[in-house]
Amino acid sequence: MRRIISVLIENEAGALSRVVGLFAQRSYNIETLTVAPTEDETLSRLTLTTSASDTQVEQITKQLNKLIEVIKLVDLTDGEHIERELMLIKVKASGAQRAEIKRTADIFRGQIVDVTHNAYTIQLAGTSDKLDAFLRAMSESVVLEVVRSGVSGLSRGEKVLAI
Amino acid sequence: MLSGGDILIRCLQEEDVDYVFGYPGGTVLHIYDSLYKQNRIKHILVRHEQSATHMADGYARSTGRPGVVLVTSGPGATNAITGIATAYMDSIPMVVISGQVQSHLIGTDSFQETDMVGISRPIVKHSFLVRDARDIATAIKKAFYIATSGRPGPVVIDIPKDITNPTELVEYDYPKQLTMRSYSPAAKGHTGQIKKAVAMLLEAERPMIYAGGGVIQGNASDELRELTQMLNYPITNTLMGLGAFPGTDRQCLGMLGMHGTYEANMAMHHCDLLIAMGARFDDRVTNTVSKFCPYAKIIHIDIDPASISKNVTVDVPIVGPIRTVLAEMLDIARPKMAKRTKTQLARLDEWWDQIEGWRKQDCLQVTPCEDGTTIKPQEVIQAVYKVTGGTSYVTSDVGQHQMFAALYHPFDEPRKWINSGGLGTMGFGLPAAMGVQMAYPDEVVTCITGEGSIQMNIQELSTCGQFALPVKIINLNNRALGMVKQWQDMQYDGRHSHSYMDSLPDFVKLVEAYGHVGFKIESLDELEPVLQEAYSLKDKLVFVDVMVDPEEHVYPMQVAPNGSMRDMWLKKGVRT
Ligand SMILES: Cc1ncc(C[n+]2csc(CCOP(=O)(O)OP(=O)(O)O)c2C)c(N)n1
Ligand SMILES: [Mg+2]
Repeated sequence: MRRIISVLIENEAGALSRVVGLFAQRSYNIETLTVAPTEDETLSRLTLTTSASDTQVEQITKQLNKLIEVIKLVDLTDGEHIERELMLIKVKASGAQRAEIKRTADIFRGQIVDVTHNAYTIQLAGTSDKLDAFLRAMSESVVLEVVRSGVSGLSRGEKVLAI
Repeated sequence: MLSGGDILIRCLQEEDVDYVFGYPGGTVLHIYDSLYKQNRIKHILVRHEQSATHMADGYARSTGRPGVVLVTSGPGATNAITGIATAYMDSIPMVVISGQVQSHLIGTDSFQETDMVGISRPIVKHSFLVRDARDIATAIKKAFYIATSGRPGPVVIDIPKDITNPTELVEYDYPKQLTMRSYSPAAKGHTGQIKKAVAMLLEAERPMIYAGGGVIQGNASDELRELTQMLNYPITNTLMGLGAFPGTDRQCLGMLGMHGTYEANMAMHHCDLLIAMGARFDDRVTNTVSKFCPYAKIIHIDIDPASISKNVTVDVPIVGPIRTVLAEMLDIARPKMAKRTKTQLARLDEWWDQIEGWRKQDCLQVTPCEDGTTIKPQEVIQAVYKVTGGTSYVTSDVGQHQMFAALYHPFDEPRKWINSGGLGTMGFGLPAAMGVQMAYPDEVVTCITGEGSIQMNIQELSTCGQFALPVKIINLNNRALGMVKQWQDMQYDGRHSHSYMDSLPDFVKLVEAYGHVGFKIESLDELEPVLQEAYSLKDKLVFVDVMVDPEEHVYPMQVAPNGSMRDMWLKKGVRT
């Protein structure tokens, strides 16, 4: 099952490599990974997605917790949560295609953020599923480049991951 | 105001470090100069950095205090890796200080540069790269705290040379207190869980205690003994846990697992309640996990939550320091002991009867060689036990001799049996024995080894000469990588691919060249008298090279793959 694990970690050199190293060492898979400092600069928030069984995810969270720099973590998929991923996609867009692509982007609430004679760059935010669906919808077009941010997320309601 | 080098040494003094095991080189020269200028900390110059780590490890295992290692960058650091991994696998507290190239050279492939923090990452509990002399004190304080608390382990501190420069002085203040928001090991177990566990323990009909190295590391042997004896339950110790409970006690069924005793493995298989403590359900213990303890509810006490339900799913997990958890269990159980019913006690008797039946199998019986002269390896261990009264510290290397030592030399006290269980590092035995001897100069220290293993760190005979370490080395010489050969006998139709030791040195001459005493034993009648003599030479390192039967296998041995705990080879060709 797909899991979104959100980790509060000391914003120190080497901390990220320990997380990544742990996954490699214990052959857990990482599908996406994002990390950036939080409003408190001494802390980073790291979000990763992985697909794992319940027992595997129990081990993953325990092993992550064992890392000295990890302060707290939460498996967002345990409860209601909000997840977002950002995608920038550059597609060939000329002639009649242009209107068609714009229409599809509108349907997905994407925005065209850069335009040339022959290409559109579209920005799209949403769940990973939505991004996947958009990519499928664009399969008729020539996709020149895709970049995705990886998933970020937090719990719904008043629950927070903080120290 | 002090230099980084002086600060480092002062910090080690603050931590009451008495020995540093190390080897100098370019990037640690400033530190060595600071060492030279003081006399509180004694430096032990090894002959190979791997040995420095094993010595520190032996010191730590026997005393419970962290071992300290100092090595230079590059090859010094990489040579230390095997010893760090060895300590990591067995949760041994250790602080390793490695020199690093100057800060401005890091990342340029400069001379003797290696990314020590990177290389050691998977085999340390934590590591630091110190970037400023002002940060040394905090790094050291944290390193010792992390290495020794919770589930212990090795910590690496990598220090670029410029940080220890004697001409750059900074403010020094050793932190008295330490708070780490991201690290707080459990201080006690969950009382609700402990109560539940006690209730299950008392209701069990066929209970079994399975105690590992965590009991020793957690200094909980007294509590374990009290609980086990109060309950009158059978107990088995893992390879790492030998000595946690007295090995000669009637309730002790010996070691379990791949080379466990018949009675221990049978009792494991048939028990209806298993209480595991400071043990981690290693694959060398469980055999096929899906067939492990099929009738048992399982309670697991461990300081490390990640150990729980990692390999085997347990029913009642208790996370906490083993000592406080056992003490709490004792308090809860004690008043309930008198309330055990007659039926309950009768059931326990039945269980003991069943166990005594298994014990009658006498799985460790040794049949002497028919010629009357050839020595069986087991007989050597038995003779060592007899001659020393079983009181010496015993370290071992890895192979058949290790298993023979574990099976044929009972240990009645914790921290007396010292071996590399998790990593299985050949070459561990001698340097570990040296570390123990360093910590206990007046005690007898035995190193049980094989002619394969001993040659992996034999250069330390020189260090033993320099520091007058009277270790007794007992070499079970079977002219073979015996354990490898045993597997080839059993699984590869006896094709002994590269498991023979050709061109062995004359060990007696070799140790004499290092200034020690050597004996060679070739027939059974010499065994005891020569060992007597060896151990009577109190101030000498004595190397006893014992020619043993090269055909001998270690039994019992669990049947794999797909076997359960109770599936064992009891002798050549004899299965349960
Ligand atoms: C460093 C290292 N290399 C290889 C092995 C694999 N290995 C395990 S036991 C063994 C044979 C050990 O031979 P010896 O020390 O003579 O002991 P014996 O089994 O003959 O008693 C080997 C090669 C190991 N454990 N450690
Ligand atoms: Mg051998």
